[in-house]
Amino acid sequence: MGLFILRRVGIMLMTALCLTFLVFFLTNLYPNLEKLAKTQGNFRMSDEQVESFLEKNGYLQPMPIKYGEWLGILPSFRYENEDGTVQGRCILPGQSAEEAPNFCGILQGYWGYSTVFKEEVSKVVGNRLALTGRLMFWVMLLMVPSALILGILAGMKEGSATDRTLSTFAITTTATPEYVSGVIFIAIFTSSAVGLKWFKGTATQAMDNPTFENFFLPVLTIALYGMGYIARMTRASMTEVMTAQYIRTARLKGVSFPNIVMKHALRNALIAPFTVIMLQFPWLLNGVVIVETLFNYKGFGWALVQAAGNNDIQLLLAISVVSVFVVLVTQLISDIGYVYLNPRIRIS
Amino acid sequence: MEPLTWTGSIAFLNPLLMVAIAALLVSIVIWIVGSIVLPEAPMSVNLDGTLSSGSGLRGLTQKALRYSFTATVALALAYIVLGILLGTGAGIIGAISRQFLPVWLSMIILYAMSIAFKRRLGLYGKLFDSPIGMIGFGLVMFWVFTGVFGALDLIITHDPLSQVSGMKNKLPGTPLPSPEEGEYTWYLLGGDNLARDVFSRMVKGAWIVVQIAPLATLFAFMVGITLGLPAGYYGGRLDTFLSFLANLILAFPVILLFYLLVTPEIVATGVPNYMAAVLFVFPILFIGVLLNSRYYTRPTFRTPLLIGVLGVAIWLYLSLISTGGYIINTNSYRIWGLPTYLDLFNIPGGILVVFVSVVFVNSPTVFRIVRGLALDIKTRDYVAAAQTRGEGPWYIMLWEILPNARGPLIVDFCLRIGYTTILLGTLGFFGLGLPPESPDWGSTINEGRKLLSIYLHPALPPALALLSLVLGLNLLADGLREESLKD
Repeated sequence: MGLFILRRVGIMLMTALCLTFLVFFLTNLYPNLEKLAKTQGNFRMSDEQVESFLEKNGYLQPMPIKYGEWLGILPSFRYENEDGTVQGRCILPGQSAEEAPNFCGILQGYWGYSTVFKEEVSKVVGNRLALTGRLMFWVMLLMVPSALILGILAGMKEGSATDRTLSTFAITTTATPEYVSGVIFIAIFTSSAVGLKWFKGTATQAMDNPTFENFFLPVLTIALYGMGYIARMTRASMTEVMTAQYIRTARLKGVSFPNIVMKHALRNALIAPFTVIMLQFPWLLNGVVIVETLFNYKGFGWALVQAAGNNDIQLLLAISVVSVFVVLVTQLISDIGYVYLNPRIRIS
Repeated sequence: MEPLTWTGSIAFLNPLLMVAIAALLVSIVIWIVGSIVLPEAPMSVNLDGTLSSGSGLRGLTQKALRYSFTATVALALAYIVLGILLGTGAGIIGAISRQFLPVWLSMIILYAMSIAFKRRLGLYGKLFDSPIGMIGFGLVMFWVFTGVFGALDLIITHDPLSQVSGMKNKLPGTPLPSPEEGEYTWYLLGGDNLARDVFSRMVKGAWIVVQIAPLATLFAFMVGITLGLPAGYYGGRLDTFLSFLANLILAFPVILLFYLLVTPEIVATGVPNYMAAVLFVFPILFIGVLLNSRYYTRPTFRTPLLIGVLGVAIWLYLSLISTGGYIINTNSYRIWGLPTYLDLFNIPGGILVVFVSVVFVNSPTVFRIVRGLALDIKTRDYVAAAQTRGEGPWYIMLWEILPNARGPLIVDFCLRIGYTTILLGTLGFFGLGLPPESPDWGSTINEGRKLLSIYLHPALPPALALLSLVLGLNLLADGLREESLKD
C-alpha cells in the first residue's frame, strides 16, 4: 500500500511538471507575450517598445531557462536599468537587489506576482480558493445526498414507475449544462419580467455575506448538472446489487423490503458511487468557472477567466497547478477508498 | 400591423391544454405513489391451468396516465397542425409551426418509412420499439432537419446578422416598423440587444452545431480507436505511455485548455494548424490499416483499392489543413501546402481551432473506453481462434475486437455528440473561437444573459434549443442501450 501511494505521488508530480510546462509553453508564445506587454504598458506600443519591455522583464530568455527560474532551480533573471538600479523577478517592490534572494521559484515557496490583480499570486489564489471552497462545500452538501437518494430510490425496483420518472429526471439534469440551467433559473426566479423575485441574480454579495437568497441559485446550478450523473451511477450499482443472490436469499427468508434495502443492499451499492463522486471534482471545476462567471462570484473560476483573458502567466500557472493537484488527489483518494470499501480488491 | 399574441385565434385550445397537463401531472404522481402503496394486481388460476390477472387499481392508474398523456400529445399536435393551416392567424405558435413546415414534412416521411421497414433496419429499426429512443431520435432529427433547412434559408424569416432599426429588445411577435415588400412582417421571437431576429439566429445556430458536433466526435473516435486498440491489445510499455498521455490531457481542466488554445494569439502562432495536421492523420491511418489488414491476402484487389481510397483521403486531408496554399502561415515562416487550385475547401482559422480543440479534449476519453473494451474482448475465444489461424494483430483488432465492441461505442457516440454540443456552447459562452456576431447558441446565450433580468426572450430560445438537442441525444443513447441489450 505504501509503495502504491508512493508510485502514485511520483506519477502525480510528473503529470504536474508536464502540464505546467505545457501551460508555460503556451503562455510564453510570442503573440501572448506581446499581448501581455500591451496590457501592462499601453495598447499603442510600437514593436520596439514591446521588445524592450519584454527584454527588461526577462521574458525573452529561452523557454527552459524561464521554466527553471519559475521552478526555482535556476537563479532568477535580473536586469540593470540605465540608472543603475536592478530589477528582477525576485526583487519585490521596496526591496533592494542585495537583500533579495537569488532563487525564487515555487520550490522556495514564491509563486510570483500577478499582473492582473497587482498582488502576490499566493495571496490571490488563497483568497479565491477560500471563496470557491465555500461554494463547493454547499454544492457537495446539496448534491451528494440528493443524488444518492435519487439513485437508490430509482434502483430499488428496476423498471418501476419511480425508476422511470427519476431516471428521466436524472437524464434531463445531465443534459442541462450550467450555462443553460443557470440562465433558466435566473429567468424564472430573479427577473422582473416573470415576477418571481425569490432569489438574487448575482452572487457578488455572497462573497462577504452569503445568505440563502443570494447563494442558493449558484449552488443549485452546479449541483444539478453533477447530480444526474451520480444518480445514474448509483442506480446502476443499486440494480446490480438488488439482483444478487444474497438479496434473493434474504427475500425468501422473509425479510421485509425496507430492511433488505437498508441493511443488506445499501452498503454494497454505495461503493461505486463513492468513486464517481470523487471523479466528479474535475467536472465541478468546469461548472465553477461557468457559474462564477454567470453569477459574478469572484472565486477561483472567476480568477481563471481573468488570468487567461489577460495572459497573466504566473497566476495561470498557479491555477493550473492547483487544479491539476485537485484532480490527481481526488483520483488517488478514489482509488484508495475503493480498496478500503471493497475487500474483494487488493492492490498487487 | 398588430403585434402577434402567442396563440392568436386558437386561444380556445389553451384552457384545454392546461386541463390536460394538470391531469397528466396528477396521474404521474398517482402512478408513482400507486406503484409503492397499492397491492399488485390479483391473479387467479383458470380451469385450464392458465393464469389470468385482473387489472386492479394499478391498471387503473396506468390507464389514467396513458389517457392523459395521449390527450396532451394530441393537443400539442393540434396546436402545430392548426398553426400550419392558419399561419400567423394562430399567433406566434402558428407562425413558427408554419415556418417549420419542411421540418415537419421530413420528420413525417422519415418516421413513416422507418416504422414501415423497421424489421429490416437492424439496430436502427429496433430503436422504433422503444418509446424513449423514439422521442430522443425525434428531438435529434428535429434539430438536424432544422439545421439543414435553416442553412438552405427555408426556415429563417430574417437575415440572422442584419439589424432592423427600432427592433432592439422588442418582445416576441412585434411587427417591423416599416417592412419592405416581401419581407417577413414580424420578429417571431423578438429582437436581441442589437435588433437582430432571435428566431432566425436560433435556427442558424442549429446548423453550426449540426455541422461541427458529429464531425468532431467522429474524428475524436478515429483518434481514440486508432490509439486505444493497440494500447489495450498489446499492453506493456505502449499502453503505459499512451495512458499517461491520455491522463495528462484528462487532468487538465477543459476550460483552462480552451482559454489557452482558442485565442487569436495562439491561432497566429500556428499551433492549431500543427495540431490539426497531427490529429487529422489518424482517420487516414485508420482507413488504411482497416482495408489493408482485411485484403492484404488479395494484392490485386487491395493495391488499387488502397491507392483509390487513400488518394481521396489524403487529398481531403491536405485541403482540410491547408488554407490559401499554405499549411502554416505565420508572420515569421510558412510551410507550403496544397496549391489553391487543388484546395477543395477552406476552413477559417477560428472554426479550425474550435474543431481541433474539441477533438483534442474528447479523444482521451474515447481512448480510455476503447482500451478498456479491447482489454476485455481480447481474452475471448474468438480472438484466440483468430490468433491460432494466424491472423495479424491489426486484423484481430479491427475486424474481430472492434465489431464486437460496437454496442457500447455507438451508445457512447450519441452521448459524446451531446457532450461536444455542450463544449461548443461553453466556447461560445466564453466568447472563444467563433466570431462574436456568430449565431451559435453559446454566444447568443452569453449575449442574452446580460439583460436577463429585464428581457428574457433573447437568451431563453437558444438555451432551450441546446437543452432539447442534448436531451434528445441522451434519450437516444438510452434507447439504443436498452435495445442493444435485448439481443
